[in-house]
Amino acid sequence: MDDARGGWPMSEVAPHWISESLRACIRDPKVAAGGGFILFLLILALGAPDFAPKDPLEQDLILGVTPPPGFAGAEPGYLLGTDDLGRDVLSRLIWGSRVALTVAFVAATLAAALGATLGLLAGWYRGWVDATISRLVEIWMAFPPVLLSILLVAVVGPGVGSVIGAIAIIDWTRFCRVIRAETMGQAKTDYVTAARAIGFSPMRILVREILPNVMPVLIALISLEMGIAVIVEAILSFVGLSVSSDVPTWGGMIAQGRQILHQGWWVLAAPLVALFLTVLAFNLLGEGLRRSLDPVMRR
Amino acid sequence: MSPPVLALSNLSAISDRDRAPILRNVSLEVARGETCGLVGESGAGKSTIAKAILGILPRTIRVTGGEVKFEGADLLKIEIGPLRRLIGECIALIPQDPMTALNPARRIEAQLTDGPRLWRGLDATAARALALRLLDEVHIRDPDRVLRSFPHELSGGMRQRVLIAAAFALEPRLIVADEPTTALDVTVQKQILRLIRNMQSAHGTSVVFVTHDLGVVAQICDHVTLLFAGRVIEAGSASRLLDRPAHPYTRALLEACPRYDRPDAGLRPIPESVIADLYAELGQSGATP
Amino acid sequence: MSDDLLIARDVEVAFGAGTSLFGLAKSRVKVLHRVTIRIGRGETVGIVGESGSGKTTLGRALLRLIDVASGTIQFDGVDITRLPEAAMRPIRRRMQLIFQDPMASLNPRHTIRRIVLEPMRFHRVAASEADAEERARKIFARFNLPSACLERYPHELSGGQRQRVGIARVALLAPDFVLADEIVSGLDVSTQAQVLNLLKELSRGLGLSMAFISHDLSVIRAVCDRVYVLRSGRIVEEGFCDHVFAAPRDGYTRALLDAIPLPRIDPDWLGRTSGVEAVGEKYTK
Repeated sequence: MDDARGGWPMSEVAPHWISESLRACIRDPKVAAGGGFILFLLILALGAPDFAPKDPLEQDLILGVTPPPGFAGAEPGYLLGTDDLGRDVLSRLIWGSRVALTVAFVAATLAAALGATLGLLAGWYRGWVDATISRLVEIWMAFPPVLLSILLVAVVGPGVGSVIGAIAIIDWTRFCRVIRAETMGQAKTDYVTAARAIGFSPMRILVREILPNVMPVLIALISLEMGIAVIVEAILSFVGLSVSSDVPTWGGMIAQGRQILHQGWWVLAAPLVALFLTVLAFNLLGEGLRRSLDPVMRR
Repeated sequence: MSPPVLALSNLSAISDRDRAPILRNVSLEVARGETCGLVGESGAGKSTIAKAILGILPRTIRVTGGEVKFEGADLLKIEIGPLRRLIGECIALIPQDPMTALNPARRIEAQLTDGPRLWRGLDATAARALALRLLDEVHIRDPDRVLRSFPHELSGGMRQRVLIAAAFALEPRLIVADEPTTALDVTVQKQILRLIRNMQSAHGTSVVFVTHDLGVVAQICDHVTLLFAGRVIEAGSASRLLDRPAHPYTRALLEACPRYDRPDAGLRPIPESVIADLYAELGQSGATP
Repeated sequence: MSDDLLIARDVEVAFGAGTSLFGLAKSRVKVLHRVTIRIGRGETVGIVGESGSGKTTLGRALLRLIDVASGTIQFDGVDITRLPEAAMRPIRRRMQLIFQDPMASLNPRHTIRRIVLEPMRFHRVAASEADAEERARKIFARFNLPSACLERYPHELSGGQRQRVGIARVALLAPDFVLADEIVSGLDVSTQAQVLNLLKELSRGLGLSMAFISHDLSVIRAVCDRVYVLRSGRIVEEGFCDHVFAAPRDGYTRALLDAIPLPRIDPDWLGRTSGVEAVGEKYTK
């Protein structure tokens, strides 16, 4: 019968797709695990002055290369041991998450904004707009990304701003390609034709009809991009091109730990594990969001 | 009189998710060489029956009772290994959408000879000879070229011909045609219907023909079973059912069809009272899921 | 001024085929060849054809949703062939479109309320927000749609309900011309009858002009006054339904009619062939 499938209790009001998606997201184990870890990290980073047990810059040469508790020569109060300058590894890790997360969020958002805008325009207008943007993307992607970022930061000078700028300028192409293809698909749908038949302007159709439908893909991509940004930031601090050396970063810690690997493995292991878990969490989150934000896939 | 090729008796099934009944005590018989139409609107359960016959019911649907007897053997009770062989050799499918039923990455020759190679152990030469003979039989003019083609190089009607050839490759005793012409243009539909009819009488095959189109039923089916919400509403010979429908729902359905030959008849929506009565009947028999 | 609301003269449409290194179209393939049709005020005109006939392209061209290569399109005495989009906007309200697949024509991210009210708001059809809502509720009641539908998303409705929402959205704009593109081909016959009756009633009630695109001559017969038969981008026959169905002049029209299976026993139907039919099926794509 006609109405049998679409039947519902009449009193109930359908939840908005955002709130419905949110609920579906929280139920997804990947989103719960990845998002939970990121949230935990975010709280740690925001409250670094309160959560870090020690001053991350305070040196104590007498306590240099102290192992974590449970190993011979451990000192109380240093949960992850100290580095060769006697600085608390745990505190440096917590403070380092600030740089990692700042870069992740800001760089991924900027890259997404730039790439998605160009992708929407290319997918909608086709013709020479698409040709220009697509050729630009192809040329852009021919450059080796890490080399390009090192070059960019070297020219502009080190600092969080340069790192963020470099990532956004290099990685917008990922967003552009996917959003362009999605937009082309959306442009063919009947509801977009219906919107054109009503007389809506292209800008309005792009923002109000197409954007909500490419949002799930975009959000998933942003999450994956955050993981990439964390790694790129670590690479750049590893080669000393990120922030100044008196600000603790995971990449900087890895570089430092590599030199004293034989005396104190934990100095290297701690930031590596943090980096690994963070990137894994972002990837899980992205994968889970892609699944749970899509109303068609969810059903 | 010879025993029926296929006999469903009291087949019932429910959805695993919400326990809603999908089939309710469905019984029907298909005699040798006969075409039996399974008709109904969406949600009537006609595709579920087709899937049950082919042993490809999705996991979300659970059979709760009844039998699907093919030449005397209950398909629901056979082990999966022998069942696969029995269905593979004796029952064939003509699918609905010729666009998606063929693998776009394989040539027609490979797809046409899958069955004979698997169940008859034919070598490449014998399989090719068989494929050529089959394509000739479905009136494909340049069989050599078609064998070498990929599906996307053929038109929709051509692909459906290939699928019909594939269905007859193993000389099956039963063919399940699942809305085989719904995706085609009307002129092509007529040719495909004619082809199925001719192939069937040449091979003496029985056909279960799933469709929502009473016009197609009138032209190709000997027998008709009309379903609503998983229940048999009316069954009988096509001429009897179309000329003298007994059930009010059958009558209403016939009057809803637009007809170019009678512009003033047709397009009458099914009265709500008819639907209400149907649900009332279901309520009574619904006690036994 | 003539009695015709919409006149398309010698319309040709071409699509790009193949792209150059820079992503621009190289050659163009014509899909419509000098098609001329006119639609009178209050008239319902059928456009029938099989896949590849160009019927959907013709419909989109009439509404200026795709550009024509040559020919002119006149709406209510105004030549809209090359009218810029901004100038088209007020005319857009008056020429509307109902789609084949109601699921695809309703944005899955928007509530039915937004889908129905936003076009009215955009074209200032209603005096106020409350008035718009009132109109929507009235038409929903007339279409036998529960008003709770307004708060739902398209995927929560049945196929028939979605198709009625699609028609309601268009009816609320009070257009002069409606293009219905294969709107019943995916529906069950019972739902099909409901939707077609609704449309007939609507076109009579509002004095609408309508172009009804379909592959199904039985459906065309049931709702249209006149019919154009389209084949491979050309009109092969046109005329009043009464005449065309009683005595088709073109062989292709005859073949189309003959190919429709009617729900009555006709033992000779399968065996009857017409000359055009053999040509009808292309060998390869």
